[in-house]
Amino acid sequence: MPTTYLEAIREGMWEEMERDPNVFLLGEDIGVYGGAFKVTAGFFEHFGAKRVVDTPISEAAIAGAAIGAGLMGLRPVAEMQFADFITCGFDQIVNFAAKCRYRWGAAVPIVVRAPSGGGIHGGPFHSQNPEMWFVRTPGLKVVAPATAYDAKGLIKSAIRDNDPVIFFEHKGLYRKIKEELPAEEYTVPIGKAKVVREGRDLTIVTYGSMVWVALEAAGKLAEEGASVEIVDLRTLVPLDRDTVCESVRKTSKVLLLHEDTRTGGMAGELAATITENIWEFLDGPILRVTAPDTPVPYSPPLEEAFLPNCDKVLEKARWLWKY
Amino acid sequence: MSATQAVTGDRPDHRTAEATLAHQCLYYMSMMRELEDRIERKLYRQGKIVGGVYVGRGQEAIPVGTALLAGPEDILLPSHRDMAVFLIRGVSPGRILAQYMGRTGGLTRGRDGNMHMGDMKHGVISIISALAATVPVATGVAMALRYRGSNGVAFSYFGDGATSRGDWHEGVNFAAVQKLPVVFICNNNQYAYSTPLSLQMACANVADRGPAYNIPAEIVDGNDALAVHTATRRAVEHARSGKGPYLLECKTFRMTGHSAHDAAHYVPKSLFDEWGKLDPIVRLEARMLEEGWADAAEIEQNRALVRKQVDEAVEWAESSPLPDPSTLLDDVYESQ
Repeated sequence: MPTTYLEAIREGMWEEMERDPNVFLLGEDIGVYGGAFKVTAGFFEHFGAKRVVDTPISEAAIAGAAIGAGLMGLRPVAEMQFADFITCGFDQIVNFAAKCRYRWGAAVPIVVRAPSGGGIHGGPFHSQNPEMWFVRTPGLKVVAPATAYDAKGLIKSAIRDNDPVIFFEHKGLYRKIKEELPAEEYTVPIGKAKVVREGRDLTIVTYGSMVWVALEAAGKLAEEGASVEIVDLRTLVPLDRDTVCESVRKTSKVLLLHEDTRTGGMAGELAATITENIWEFLDGPILRVTAPDTPVPYSPPLEEAFLPNCDKVLEKARWLWKY
Repeated sequence: MSATQAVTGDRPDHRTAEATLAHQCLYYMSMMRELEDRIERKLYRQGKIVGGVYVGRGQEAIPVGTALLAGPEDILLPSHRDMAVFLIRGVSPGRILAQYMGRTGGLTRGRDGNMHMGDMKHGVISIISALAATVPVATGVAMALRYRGSNGVAFSYFGDGATSRGDWHEGVNFAAVQKLPVVFICNNNQYAYSTPLSLQMACANVADRGPAYNIPAEIVDGNDALAVHTATRRAVEHARSGKGPYLLECKTFRMTGHSAHDAAHYVPKSLFDEWGKLDPIVRLEARMLEEGWADAAEIEQNRALVRKQVDEAVEWAESSPLPDPSTLLDDVYESQ
């Protein structure tokens, strides 16, 4: 039976909790209620109050307590109810967790789960993609899976990792996508991008929900005769620059795509990386398709205009292909 | 003479438990005072310490009176005026000075300065500059202690100013809800940088915040090491027995500016005069003589020993190498 993206995260956490008694969960409404999105439904009943801790509405306490427990050698998985609320625990994550190893050699093996992304009419405070706040904080790892397979494999790797990992799970994908997962145990390594569609004429580098938009666009472009390669970053830090550059070296044209807003987005870093490393292989300008620099609006026509979609990708991709 | 001998003296058998404790307190308070004097008045002025210097002069009774009660399973999260916590947990004076001087012998190997250091081997977690950030972390430490079935307690240190921050309230609230073994220790030195307590909070005491979280709170004379020790014993017993957190407010006074570059013109001179008479080291020495726990020669012996040990520590720290710039990129992640 196919597994949804949401169930894949559940399964990954469940398996890790069965495997390692040091793994425990904390967050708002994750226990009896099973979490705002039901990612942790059934965990409280199975693992008990000791390992599934309902917290006050207190993101700094959630992040801080996870850090304290992590320093003691436990492996806490902290849930932010929405990625948007991570701001309330920001100092703990970027100033405390991120800098412990560098400053005094202390490992902080924590995972902060952050349900992110728009397209669900959540409005300005339930739709953001705040990954770049963490991408540019040395000491944090940042993961953003697009598929159920990767979501399960990466949550398992994140829990086993000895550094703090911010795990962006796109809530628009929770129940939208599903696939058959291997019966046997597996993990997906942090720091490895994946070519999810091979092509010759143009590379689209993306991650998270936009992988699906890129695939849709690539299908249409194929009908028009363009062969599009898609690189799913899967991990934003550490960034798999080799896979990105290898693909662009092959196709010589690249379009960068993300749901996050434009300025200071991942596309900027990728553009610089490509220019610094393989500038001479480029046969066209590096283009971006991103959300504009606005808050995420609520009303459907506005949100639709805000989010990158297949048409927006097609427009830029066609131009670049023909350039 | 080793530190242990200094603490126990050459006639340990003749000493009562109380006298022994007084000798321990005196040694660690004197050591902290001497180290910080050397740091602030010598090494900093000589340009051998380039970064911030925040000392706990006049407040030594707080880290000493509390940390002497910490057992091997306990975890301490000292604030920036709690140097003695490190000494009591076995971090050598030389390593503390090397930390200040940005040398590889410091606990952060030159990555950070002053009291911004920790070492899980010693059960000490590093502060960060955002005050009160360690309070929710202490709550997590206590969660882990209980999770593992340990009898340990988290010692969470902070100043009066830190209790204005949301992190403080979130950390204390969560610990109280979960009934976790944390002793919250406030160094109320009445100034947060230049801001007096009256502009920091509307309640008279930090301890007044305790009832809001349904945790016991106690005010103690923070310039009396033995009183701090007695109150901490109550607090630790409470936390260790599973009754939840305990808030201890140690009233004291910051006998310096906020940092070495702050002359504290904003503090009325009368306050320095008034609190100067309550110096915790002078007071303990007088008490020890009065109670017959020490004679004048022993008091002088302690001072001489501390000076000698600090001389040696300075020498050690100055010979510790500065970090090699080629190590700049190391240890951001476990493997990179």
